[in-house]
Amino acid sequence: MLKDQDRIFQNLYNDKGSDVSSSQERGDWVNTKEITDKGRDWIINEIKESQLRGRGGAGFPTGLKWSFAPKEVGSRPHYLVINGDESEPGTCKDRDILRFEPHKLIEGCLIASYAVQAHVCYIYIRGEYFVDGQKLQAAIDEAYEKKKLLGKNAAGTGWDLDIYIHYGAGAYICGEETALLESLEGKKGQPRLKPPFPALIGLYGCPTIINNVETIAVVPTILRRGAKWFASLGREKNTGTKIFCISGNVNNPCNVEEEMSIPLKELIEVHAGGVIGGWENLQAVIPGGSSMPLIPKERCETLKMDFDACIEEKSGLGTAGIVVINKDQDIIKCMARIARFYKHESCGQCTPCREGSGWMWRMLERMANGDATKDEVDMLGDVTNQIAGHTICAFGEGSSWPVQGLLRHFKKEIEKRNNLDPIVQKKNNIPYLVDQHLLDKKNA
Amino acid sequence: MSLRRPAKDQPESFEFNASSLEAANVIVAKYPEGKQQSAVMALLYIAQKQNNNWIPLAAMKYIAKFLDMPYIKVYEVATFYTMYNLAPVGKYFVQVCTTTPCMIRGANQLVEACKEKISENECELSNDKSCSWMEVECLGACVNAPMMQINDDYYEDLDKQKTLDILDKILNGETPKPGSYRGRVNNEPENNRKTLMDLKNA
Repeated sequence: MLKDQDRIFQNLYNDKGSDVSSSQERGDWVNTKEITDKGRDWIINEIKESQLRGRGGAGFPTGLKWSFAPKEVGSRPHYLVINGDESEPGTCKDRDILRFEPHKLIEGCLIASYAVQAHVCYIYIRGEYFVDGQKLQAAIDEAYEKKKLLGKNAAGTGWDLDIYIHYGAGAYICGEETALLESLEGKKGQPRLKPPFPALIGLYGCPTIINNVETIAVVPTILRRGAKWFASLGREKNTGTKIFCISGNVNNPCNVEEEMSIPLKELIEVHAGGVIGGWENLQAVIPGGSSMPLIPKERCETLKMDFDACIEEKSGLGTAGIVVINKDQDIIKCMARIARFYKHESCGQCTPCREGSGWMWRMLERMANGDATKDEVDMLGDVTNQIAGHTICAFGEGSSWPVQGLLRHFKKEIEKRNNLDPIVQKKNNIPYLVDQHLLDKKNA
Repeated sequence: MSLRRPAKDQPESFEFNASSLEAANVIVAKYPEGKQQSAVMALLYIAQKQNNNWIPLAAMKYIAKFLDMPYIKVYEVATFYTMYNLAPVGKYFVQVCTTTPCMIRGANQLVEACKEKISENECELSNDKSCSWMEVECLGACVNAPMMQINDDYYEDLDKQKTLDILDKILNGETPKPGSYRGRVNNEPENNRKTLMDLKNA
């Protein structure tokens, strides 16, 4: 288990209070000026050497992202945008940072803004977290007024920074960075095509760096304690600590900060009090929020929780929202509910996703009830392949991966329950997506 | 995508009152000059708050003029995002999360409780017109599942009986205490905390 002094979020459970003075006791805002005095290049290099990867799901190296910002500020100002639109089912880590460690986030904003030369920072928070957003706003107000930590010459660093909160309004897709920018500009949250990447053309057409709340909140501690310390935790390319959210069928669902590469079994057994009904009752685990394919029990025994190890299991660490599903649950129904989530949240911009997400949901609902025909199992797999990779943003993958995971590991279960004969008997091996009139001609 | 339609009965006109106007001007000042369209989401919230928790078409037209942008753009935003209510909801608006992490911990019991106490169907006002409920997608409190949101507050770690008690309270016009209903502190593992013990015992 990680030593307590190596935990970055000391106030994760709000033992100490979240105001400026108690945050300062924990080490926030102590020598911010010394850090910025070392210069932009030093900060970006240090973050690169710490091998910090974005905590929002994709795991992109943060230092590299910052280095994409133009070196000189031209006619267009730079912006820093913080993504707090945490809506991935199974994930609730950013909420605790917003309400209990707001000053880690605010100080991180100042350092990151300095590094990418932004004078304005927007924090995008999902609308449902209104109360938690108010707590962050109170912390921001306190930083402005009491200690001059924000505004002109923020915290004595000589850098001017203003932070504003922007509330979302219940759209999951706004967690996608370009959709978030659209939303911030007061439009529907429909993702933009990339390239151009936001680092060059982002908010209002200006260079914009977008980071997750947790990514930014760990930055001040990394710079204080050094990249070497952070890189010594976890393993190569998967360094540092991470807040894991363990939910579902466990005895003590909780958020806990742990070292990267911790075995999944240890997380569940030690911190979450074990699976309800014992480890033997485990059916499957979703390792990183609902978008990531599930992992069946036998693979969970040895799985290490980091980006690369999860990819080896054909899944992903994502946001580290671990959903534990035991054998009392109907796995097909669980996935059908996730498919319904994606059907509801598709922004409707790309046809494969808009139509396909509903199609997958309807098929899975039928399969859960045993009303599907034999051929639909393969058809479902086919539909997922038609969606993934054929959309503007990663929502297409996010909605089809969980279904692909189900088909990969629980195909037998589906086939056992659904053995109705197809309504239309296929005579030749015709892919069902081919235009029917062409076939008629050929068969005529 | 979800289907969202404005209500049939619409008020004739809408205008910000003095406090809304003040709040709106503060919001607009957050964004760079000429980019006031960014404020549309926040202004829709203000309109919703002023107008008993829902947004009439007249308010969208008013906001369009206020921000100097086309009405259709405001309409697009209001119909795209699910937290804008386009038809009247109760003074107490109950949202029950039923996405998988809550579902496997028994969110259907919360739905049953809402059906018993409020109304048989979603988005239907209760008998005394004070309350309505709906199923929503993940509210981002998965380790506190099952949970629901009433107006701005989260009610966590529920079961059927606790939900019935909460709903009784709001139907009597009281505001129950938000937070966990199993007495746990925030998101720590109940009775099983192994980390940061010095701080806990300090």
